[in-house]
This record gives sequence, structure tokens and C-alpha cells, in this order.
Amino acid sequence: METIVREGTPKTPYVRLDGEKGIIEIKGRSIPENSIEFYKPLIDWLEEYGSGVSSDTAVNVQLEYFNTSSSKCILDIFKKLENIFKKGQKVEVNWYYEEDDEDMFEAGEDYQSIINIPFKMIEMEE
Amino acid sequence: MAFSITEWYNDKLEGEVILNFNGSITPDLITEALDTIENSLNLKNEKNKIRKKVYNVFVECLQNLYHHVDKAPVELIDNQENNFGVIILSKDGSFYRISTGNFVDKSKINVIKDRIDQVNSLSDKEIKMLYLDIMSNGEFSDKGGGGLGMLDIVRKTGNKLEYYFYKYNDSHIFFSLDVYIS
Repeated sequence: METIVREGTPKTPYVRLDGEKGIIEIKGRSIPENSIEFYKPLIDWLEEYGSGVSSDTAVNVQLEYFNTSSSKCILDIFKKLENIFKKGQKVEVNWYYEEDDEDMFEAGEDYQSIINIPFKMIEMEE
Repeated sequence: MAFSITEWYNDKLEGEVILNFNGSITPDLITEALDTIENSLNLKNEKNKIRKKVYNVFVECLQNLYHHVDKAPVELIDNQENNFGVIILSKDGSFYRISTGNFVDKSKINVIKDRIDQVNSLSDKEIKMLYLDIMSNGEFSDKGGGGLGMLDIVRKTGNKLEYYFYKYNDSHIFFSLDVYIS
């Protein structure tokens, strides 16, 4: 499968979707006005990835902050990953947050409460 | 007494003004405004936690404007400039205040009022529950927001929203919103 890499911009995160290695990374900030436009291709990629995956998937999310329209798209990403997990494949989410960043910690908890895949909350020192 | 935008504006400029903009709210303006506040020394010296909260809530307020403003009265805007809005970020004592102002159609007053009153009436726990419910079950609106903006602002700031509708003339209503981050 084609690897997708999107460099970060002032409003969109760095993204790497690497099907061969089973690595999914989202880093930076996500505040586009039109989140669907940005996330739709990534969600489509995950749909395709999910249909043929046979190895482990590691998901690293290290967001600085995100807007509410991104929050729904990020949930859609997790839903695709949950489908993979339900099929019996190993999926692990590493949710990174800065040590005093309660908002980002809580956002991780939000997703964890909706999505049934293992989440690891990883605190980073400033 | 008739409502005066200038007076409203002067009122909101209290404290140390970090950013003050009125005009067309566009995606480029949002990027520039964020860049400006990121370079503000006031915020650079803040704890990470507060700084990010201010950025986050500021973006949410601006994008609310971007998605929802209605046409301003013709005499106020040049060349039929669209998306007229005002945003002011200032540090007033121990808190940051984000004030926004924009015109809304009369027909929307009740919807906005009900929405904010509802959000203001909820406890922290209820806000979180409602946020999760809308995020997991709600549909995207054509504007992409899906009704989470106000909830998110209250959840992040922990403060109630202060708002007011001013009658500008028979057809135009000016909507003023203040958000406090402490």
C-alpha cells in the first residue's frame, strides 16, 4: 500500500500512514476550517488498509491542540482502527501529551471512553 | 440609547490588548491572527497549559465567526466585504478575555440564545457528557463544526459564556460574546 506523508502546516498536522510498517503517526496541530477535506483521504486510506492488514499497527498521536471539527474526524480515524482491532489484529494507540496539559490528557480520555482499543497515555516532559 | 459599535469596541479594549481585529474573517486572517498571538510576549511567558488553552479557545472563537456570521449593514463595510467580524484578545488582570462581535439575522437570536443558555446551565460533568455524546453520535453540519464549539469553549475555560444581543437597526442585530480564560 502506498505510504501517505503530509508535512505539517500552520493548521494541519504532520501525518504518516505507513502500511508496510504498520505505523500511523499524527503530530502537531489540527485546526483547519474544513477538517473533512483534510481527513477524508486519510480515513479512506485506513479503510483500505484495514481490509488487508495482517500485522500489528502502532498509532502515535502527538497533538499540540485541535479544533472541534477535527475532533470528530480524529474519532473517525479511531473508529477505523477499532474495526481492525475487532477483527483480531493488534492495534495500540500511544497518546502523547505534555505534562501539564490537562486538555490534551482529557481529550485522550474522551477517545478512550468511546473507542474500544488499547490506549497508552504517555506524558512528555516540557 | 442607540447601540454604538465604537462604544462597544472601546469597552472591550480594556486591559493589555494582544490582538484587535475587525474586518473580513477569512482562513488567511485566522492563520495570521494566530501567528500574531503566538508571538505575543504575554503569552510566551505563560505556562504551557494556559498558552495552549488560549490558542485553542481563540481559534475556536474565530472559526465560530468564520462559519456563522451574517451580513453586516451596508454602511459599515467597504465594498460589500463579507464575513465581517470583530475579535479582541486582551489580558485583563489575572485572566485573558476573548471578545467577539458580529452581526446575526434576527431569526437566529433564539437559537443562539437557547444554545448558550443551555451550555451555561450545565455542570462540568454534564458538559463533558454532552460533548462526548455529540462527538460520537452527531452528524457533521455542512459547516463542519457540528455544534461542539461553544461546549468546547466552556469545557476548556471552565467559565460561563457572557453574551449580549444589541439592536443595531430594524434588520441587524449585533451579537457580542465574551470568553474568559483564567
